[in-house]
Amino acid sequence: MSRLKKLEKCVVKCLGDLCLGTKLAFDEVTVEVAPDNIKSALTALRDHEDTRFDQLIDLCAVDYSEYTEHLEREWDKPRYAMVYHLQSVELNWRVRVKTFLEGEPPMLDSVIDVWPAANWFEREAFDVMGIAFSGHPDLRRILTDYGFIGHPFRKDFPLSGYVEMRYDEDKKRVVYEPVTVEPRILVPRVNREIAKQNEQGE
Amino acid sequence: MAEIRNYTMNFGPQHPAAHGVLRVVMEMDGEVIERADTHIGLLHRGTEKLAESKPYNQSIGYMDRLDYVSMMCNEHAYVMTIEKMYGVTPPIRAQYIRVMFDEITRILNHLLWIGAHGLDVGAMTMFIYAFREREDLMDAYEAVSGARMHATYYRPGGVYRDLPDEMPQYEPNKRFNDKQTRVRNENRSGSLLDFLESFTDRFPGYVDEYETLLTDNRIWKQRLVDVGIVTPERAIALGFTGPMLRGSGIEWDLRRKQPYEVYDQLKFDIPVGTNGDSYDRYLVRMEEFRQSNRIIKQCIDWLRANPGDVMAHDSKLAPPVRTHVKEDMEALISHFKLFTEGYCLPEGEAYCAIEHPKGEFGTYIVSDGTNKPYRLKIRAPGFAHIAALDEMSRGHMLSDLVAIIGTQDLVFGEVDR
Repeated sequence: MSRLKKLEKCVVKCLGDLCLGTKLAFDEVTVEVAPDNIKSALTALRDHEDTRFDQLIDLCAVDYSEYTEHLEREWDKPRYAMVYHLQSVELNWRVRVKTFLEGEPPMLDSVIDVWPAANWFEREAFDVMGIAFSGHPDLRRILTDYGFIGHPFRKDFPLSGYVEMRYDEDKKRVVYEPVTVEPRILVPRVNREIAKQNEQGE
Repeated sequence: MAEIRNYTMNFGPQHPAAHGVLRVVMEMDGEVIERADTHIGLLHRGTEKLAESKPYNQSIGYMDRLDYVSMMCNEHAYVMTIEKMYGVTPPIRAQYIRVMFDEITRILNHLLWIGAHGLDVGAMTMFIYAFREREDLMDAYEAVSGARMHATYYRPGGVYRDLPDEMPQYEPNKRFNDKQTRVRNENRSGSLLDFLESFTDRFPGYVDEYETLLTDNRIWKQRLVDVGIVTPERAIALGFTGPMLRGSGIEWDLRRKQPYEVYDQLKFDIPVGTNGDSYDRYLVRMEEFRQSNRIIKQCIDWLRANPGDVMAHDSKLAPPVRTHVKEDMEALISHFKLFTEGYCLPEGEAYCAIEHPKGEFGTYIVSDGTNKPYRLKIRAPGFAHIAALDEMSRGHMLSDLVAIIGTQDLVFGEVDR
């Protein structure tokens, strides 16, 4: 049995009912869990002797609101996804845990008690994607400017932002003004496969 | 009785020891740090958001600017993720070239680290020594890519071009007459590989010089030994990788544990520390100098003996030969397509990590099947390390904070992204 299959089996066994599905793609295992169970699922993955994911490598939020614009199907899952990349130093393997969530703000349990490394990663996800983590002791913005408004990595946030700043000679301080940059797209986003299919269909 | 209370102190963002733009607000009890609140993000440029608006290849240049002292390693993680999703393996010669330049980059990075770390705790000379060696390695960067720092040399499917057969030469000027210039050009008379070989012959001697200066130096030890101790369990839980994890005594190196490119065919050792303090991390990195040098030597020997392609034969990834573009319509079209629209990756998601000089550097790409990433997440090692700055500096003196920032080897280009 290949190592990936074995990993998949161990993860499924460890999670039991918590596991909503697994996927093997690009030599990586992805498991999906429900947002309400995220903390117990990750704790189980950390502590179970067959999985032993002792390290949280990365935590990332994805906004799927424009995901299917270039695909010929509808998005049938919630808008946001939290993606946890775990690694086991002891058993030398990796897994990706994914959970889809909705709401404004989307809420999720903090995993800071499971791995202290989650602290800043969760602050980052809150800052750039506006995900609120309940149980996080210090959920402040981290990457953006002091007093920043909005969550810049959401798909409805424009690339050029809303405000620009400059030093005002008369007021002797930095002032914020609406952006003057015209948004422009140099290269359009295309899905060549689907474009080809459409050409053939015409 | 007099009222005693803590006071708050601000450090940075414009402080020479802040390694760029770090700001720390500390709660101090006398000269002892009670709590350090780290403010980052002053160099945030939104690389991940920018990459979403560009075809895959156009973001390679942004990767250089993340950790701007280990440029090619950043590119490596990014192009490896693309290759994984596209399903292409670079030719073996390209893999050796990448490994060689990864190790050159590791030396470049550690040289800057030892220079800056030395400067922070008062060893002024190190900085000047380190920059002397960096000069040679940056010349190697320049010879191969045309740029001394931001190379954009790695491409999905290989590297942009093969190693050059000759090195650029110095020309006589007011400071150096003809005879002196000939001496300066001596190791530049052959190919890039000859130039690098002369460097690898000299370099272990230089590392000995650094060690003579620092390893048993009383002041150096006073500043580093028992400063910022991290236990192995804590290091894993805090998400430490790279020399920060090895310094705590865990033998963990992606080049060995999860080998990529040709690392499984090369001989090298993984140094580990025992106490997990700043001094151990210093020793680990010093040994990595020697091991990287060893890997570069092996790569030079292999590359000399095995000429070949450096780019996968895939007309969607690799630009066609220039002469073909002028004669062949198909080549002209694929050239135009590659440099405007780029190529599409299959729908899905992938994460790929490499052993970056600072730790595990990974990129996570979510693709919606188009020519641009739907979401790109960069896992920077420094981000996890600096998150532990508070924990590592508690109970230490103010001056130790500077040593801890130094030992974490922070570069804000990658922390803030």
